[in-house]
Amino acid sequence: MGNYAIETVGLNFNFGNQVIVKDLSLQVPKGSIYGFLGPNGAGKTTTIKILLNLLKSPSDQVFIFGKEINSNRIATLKRIGALVEQPAIYGHLTGKENLINRCILLGIKKTKADEMLSLVGLAEAANKKANKYSLGMKQRLGIAQALISDPELLLLDEPTNGLDPNGIIEVRNLMIDLATKHQKTILVSSHLLAEIERTATHVGIINKGQLLFQGTINELHLLSKPMLEIEVDKIESASSFLTKSGYEIAAKTDRVITVPFTSAQKSGELNTLLIQNGFTVSSLYQQRKDLENLFLDITKTN
Amino acid sequence: MRALYISLVSEFYKSRKTLAFWAAILLPVIVCGLITFGFYSGSEKILARHYPPMMLWGNYIGAALGVMGLLVMPFYVIFMAFSVNNIEHKNDTWKMLFAQPLNKFSIYAAKYLYAVFLILICLFLFATLTYGFGYLLQVLVPEYNFNQYNPSSILINSYTKLFLSSFGILSLQFILSLLWGDFLKPMGIGFVGTIMGIITANVGWKYAYLNPYSLPTLALRITKVSKNTDPLEFPIFTQEIWTSLIYAIILFIIGYFIVTKKSIK
Repeated sequence: MGNYAIETVGLNFNFGNQVIVKDLSLQVPKGSIYGFLGPNGAGKTTTIKILLNLLKSPSDQVFIFGKEINSNRIATLKRIGALVEQPAIYGHLTGKENLINRCILLGIKKTKADEMLSLVGLAEAANKKANKYSLGMKQRLGIAQALISDPELLLLDEPTNGLDPNGIIEVRNLMIDLATKHQKTILVSSHLLAEIERTATHVGIINKGQLLFQGTINELHLLSKPMLEIEVDKIESASSFLTKSGYEIAAKTDRVITVPFTSAQKSGELNTLLIQNGFTVSSLYQQRKDLENLFLDITKTN
Repeated sequence: MRALYISLVSEFYKSRKTLAFWAAILLPVIVCGLITFGFYSGSEKILARHYPPMMLWGNYIGAALGVMGLLVMPFYVIFMAFSVNNIEHKNDTWKMLFAQPLNKFSIYAAKYLYAVFLILICLFLFATLTYGFGYLLQVLVPEYNFNQYNPSSILINSYTKLFLSSFGILSLQFILSLLWGDFLKPMGIGFVGTIMGIITANVGWKYAYLNPYSLPTLALRITKVSKNTDPLEFPIFTQEIWTSLIYAIILFIIGYFIVTKKSIK
């Protein structure tokens, strides 16, 4: 438990009769960027709200830095910065005033506000009313609010929502910076895998409230290891022939045999072997599932 | 205590540019200004009645108190209870507020106290402006005899009563505004309550004091009656003030439980 910034143990959460989160066991290592992935309505935001104690979890199911959240609410919240759904911004106050208000609530120096505005590139719009901000600017202000207390753990719910490509890259770099240089732990949710793939060190995939995959980004990549698809006649005997010759059959349809891809040379050898033994190979190609498809597959089967 | 103080400072910081805050200052300035202007421009008519100093003050103070106590006060309180909560509903900031490392009681109590503070400021200004403008009238119209009677006790007593009698309405409306983000529901209930309050208070129904909305009217009516006898001796803590305070305490506690159970969906 000591190595996790966030750990949930068989977390369950319902709204009335509706099950929102089911037996969720998140393990977010300290110092990681944890991509929390899932389609819309999968339970990501609810989970983040539980981690902030905005929604009350059953006792002994949620631990932040090893401490049970319900009995350590204030101490835990001191170590967390969060951006949940739409950024919580007072429209009648300027961007800077919004940050100063946050400084007041956190009991920190008001000069932090300017620092944060520069960090998220809002220094020029500091004195503009926040309701005149564009969606992207609001999102940046939300990120500034989450960062202002210099928290050890950041919970960012779809932080690149509404940002243009430049803004997305900036947020991405900021996250990498925070994790590598400042040893922050970041849990970032998204419904786009491509979004997470470039920054995350760890990934959790959730759908309909259940965790379908959890591991490092490399472990996720391993799931999508390349395959060799062989279209061949006499499929049954070809299949048993390959097994006998020591090949591992990953999948077989009535037309195609799939084996793990190792190298181009090995593929050629396999082709020769089949032909020499009287099989007709009509096609032989390397197939790699990209992560996006993998993600779709993982969430679809649930 | 620190969390409560921080939350209070933040409430002030957030609202200082809103109508809710300025209403607390503008309302007494406008009402007292208009009454003073009336006493200034219509001074001949008033002087012709040859009021003794105490009666002159009574009429002058009564003009502001009458407007305030009967109609404006309940609606002002309803508006204050609405606006301190609405600032969070409107900006969808409840989630941010409750994700801060502050205990929920401080956040809730600070909002409540801030609403109380706004009402206090408003009524304090009413009392001081009435006092100050009275002496200003004396300077502008030297024939008046405002300077021959010191109205401070009667002003303090009546505005303290008005202030305390508003707690019942405030606590009730505070809960309604906490629960509902829209303007119409708490305002509609408050409007019906206020009308009922005025009617029940004025027809002298025995149990009128049980309706929190009738308490300012009841509190002031006793003031008015007593004023003709000995204005300095009317008690502040009468039945309606106690009722108001009891309502306030009970509803404040209920409101806190609503806050702790409030799910931020």
